[in-house]
Amino acid sequence: MKLTGAEILCESLARLGVREIFGYPGGAILPVYDALGKSRLHHVLVRHEQGATHMADGYARASGGIGVAMATSGPGATNMVTGIATAMLDSSPIVCITGQVSSKILGSDAFQEVDITGITMPITKHNVVVTRAGDVARTIREAFVIAQSGRPGPVLVDITKDAQQAAAEFDWDASVPKLPPKRIRNHHNQAEFDRAVELLNTAKRPLVLAGHGILVSGGVHAFERFIRAGSYPVAMTLLGIGCFPARDPLNLGMMGMHGEAWVNNAIQEADLLIAVGMRFDDRVTGDLRTYARNARKIHVEIDRAEINKNVKVDAALIGDAREILEKITPYIDARNHDAWIRRIDELKGDSAVRDIQSLPDTGHLYAAHVINDLWKETRGEAIVVTDVGQHQMWEAQYYHHDRPRTLITSGGLGTMGFALPAAIGAKFAKPGSEVWVVAGDGGFQMTMSELATIVQEKINLKIAIINNGYLGMVRQWQEFFYDKRYVATPLVAPDFVALANAFGIRGERITARSEVIPAIRAAREVQESVLLDFRVEQEDSVYPMVPAGASLHEMIRRPHSPLVETASDA
Amino acid sequence: MQTLVAYVENKPGVLNRVASLARRLAINIDSLTVGPTENEEIARMTIVAHTDGCGALRLEASLEKLVDVLLAENISDRALLERDLALIKVAADQQNRPHLMELIKVFRARVVDVSPESLIIEVSGTVDKIDGLLEVLRPFGVLEMARSGRISMTRGSDLLRPPEPEAVSAAALASAVSGAK
Repeated sequence: MKLTGAEILCESLARLGVREIFGYPGGAILPVYDALGKSRLHHVLVRHEQGATHMADGYARASGGIGVAMATSGPGATNMVTGIATAMLDSSPIVCITGQVSSKILGSDAFQEVDITGITMPITKHNVVVTRAGDVARTIREAFVIAQSGRPGPVLVDITKDAQQAAAEFDWDASVPKLPPKRIRNHHNQAEFDRAVELLNTAKRPLVLAGHGILVSGGVHAFERFIRAGSYPVAMTLLGIGCFPARDPLNLGMMGMHGEAWVNNAIQEADLLIAVGMRFDDRVTGDLRTYARNARKIHVEIDRAEINKNVKVDAALIGDAREILEKITPYIDARNHDAWIRRIDELKGDSAVRDIQSLPDTGHLYAAHVINDLWKETRGEAIVVTDVGQHQMWEAQYYHHDRPRTLITSGGLGTMGFALPAAIGAKFAKPGSEVWVVAGDGGFQMTMSELATIVQEKINLKIAIINNGYLGMVRQWQEFFYDKRYVATPLVAPDFVALANAFGIRGERITARSEVIPAIRAAREVQESVLLDFRVEQEDSVYPMVPAGASLHEMIRRPHSPLVETASDA
Repeated sequence: MQTLVAYVENKPGVLNRVASLARRLAINIDSLTVGPTENEEIARMTIVAHTDGCGALRLEASLEKLVDVLLAENISDRALLERDLALIKVAADQQNRPHLMELIKVFRARVVDVSPESLIIEVSGTVDKIDGLLEVLRPFGVLEMARSGRISMTRGSDLLRPPEPEAVSAAALASAVSGAK
């Protein structure tokens, strides 16, 4: 059957299970859009191509499948760069399709020509230019395999306009991907495996560091069996949240820069760390010279380049987290670590008293209250998509996720503006789920144009803006490390309620703690999008905090009386 | 200095990916040679990098993550043969030519071009050998030099072969789809 390259692309995407494409048209991708109109694919028109990539990313993270974004050449393609890098740093499988000028004029600085494969080389798992219609089907199938296999990541396919227009034979079976063979190293290295088993069965103070790789590998059940087999306490990375129920007593919570004090102190006291699908990021370890000096380390990791990169380990198990956990669990001797778990309880000390949730209502509205109330009202069952900054850390601390893929957040790149578009993608992936955006007033303003996308697509999102009038996390650093010189962090925002109304979205402003739950309830009752503008304390800070470069146990703890630090009290 | 061998797809842009990766890891490349193998679809690279064993391990592992790289291996600590080829144009007149020819013989180099004022000397061998010849030629006046950069091969039965092609697994094909799982 003869089809144009554009038709082959649409047919191939449909056969690969794609239902929605997040994109923005333009000259060099027009043949594809023409074919899209005749296909069974649904195109979601975004307001900026960065939004398209975040939507594809949110779709991928919520579903476990692959998200697809599309843009034209030149500025359309360069606008995708931030979203591609976001997906790269968090190992999210997205496929980005860009139009390109005709192959005959490649390299001539033609109108809207840019070398997008050159630009995205370091931030894609792979990228490729297609100049012939006959190569489209195989290339797209390869892109999907590459995006999803091993450690997932973004793949960009740049298709010249003549390749979209030319006709070629379409033969799905003949277009099976032909990828270069890869040698899998150390996959079943028996010596490493035996050493890991011995370490597991002799440790007195073991602690599991649970990362994103558990979710990516679909290994949540295997992980739980592993934890139960050894009764191991678990600490989570930001992206690992959801891989093990928050309510489980063995789950200590998040580790790292804004992890609870007992979690970080437990890491420093452990005699064995079992790192699963995490990469010892600097936000997790603090100063490497003093990191977990008492502990031997086992690293379960699919990417060999991560082994011994930041932290030297005693046993490296390279491969898919689920496979390795399933293989090693039968070798674990049933043990109890009651003494160690009691010790961790001791480490909690007065943390519960210091917790802001324990404070009486003093008329101050704290972000932590808002997020904790949101957790209670949604019974922890919503998909929460955050932006980046203070509210993101409060979400991780005060919204307790019990199920996988219910927290979607930009961890590695820390991309402000991620929340709203990523939530749109998540809603398309899980249309039956309740999806909440939790964003700051800074990040929200970066991509708020996607409110129009929500309206055009008639989707039901709930948006909570944690509005403190500052770029809060930067302000916090200025408070702690730059003697409160608040340079460029006070932030004027529009009236978000009026803004929402202008887009045709309901909005409500909340200024007191007593209004929080009624507002959340009212928003959940309607089958349409609602924006809630929570006016929270302006100069609240996220505690505890490990200053950048400090040792993990050198935390700035929450003051006993946080109220004295607020601007309105001073 | 660390020596890595890589087998790569013989396609446009692969050299750029490899070089760009070294730049991203902030590893300085001393020499990088690339040429075809007995299989025309596969090229072989020898990469000599200014880094330590840890850096070489990172480079090796990161190289293998590139889709177009079939195999990358740090061979620095193995028994290996290394060769560098140099063409050296050196000033030579009637007086000093006999002296030059003596030196060339000692270094087992060859004269491949002769003109009234100069000679082109071809020499191959280890980097040390070529550096040594260069040192003794300097007083005569080195007019021009071209060096190939190192190529390396492990000795004897220590074979470095690219992995055999195999089809993408049905499981990988089945999981590489959009839609909720």
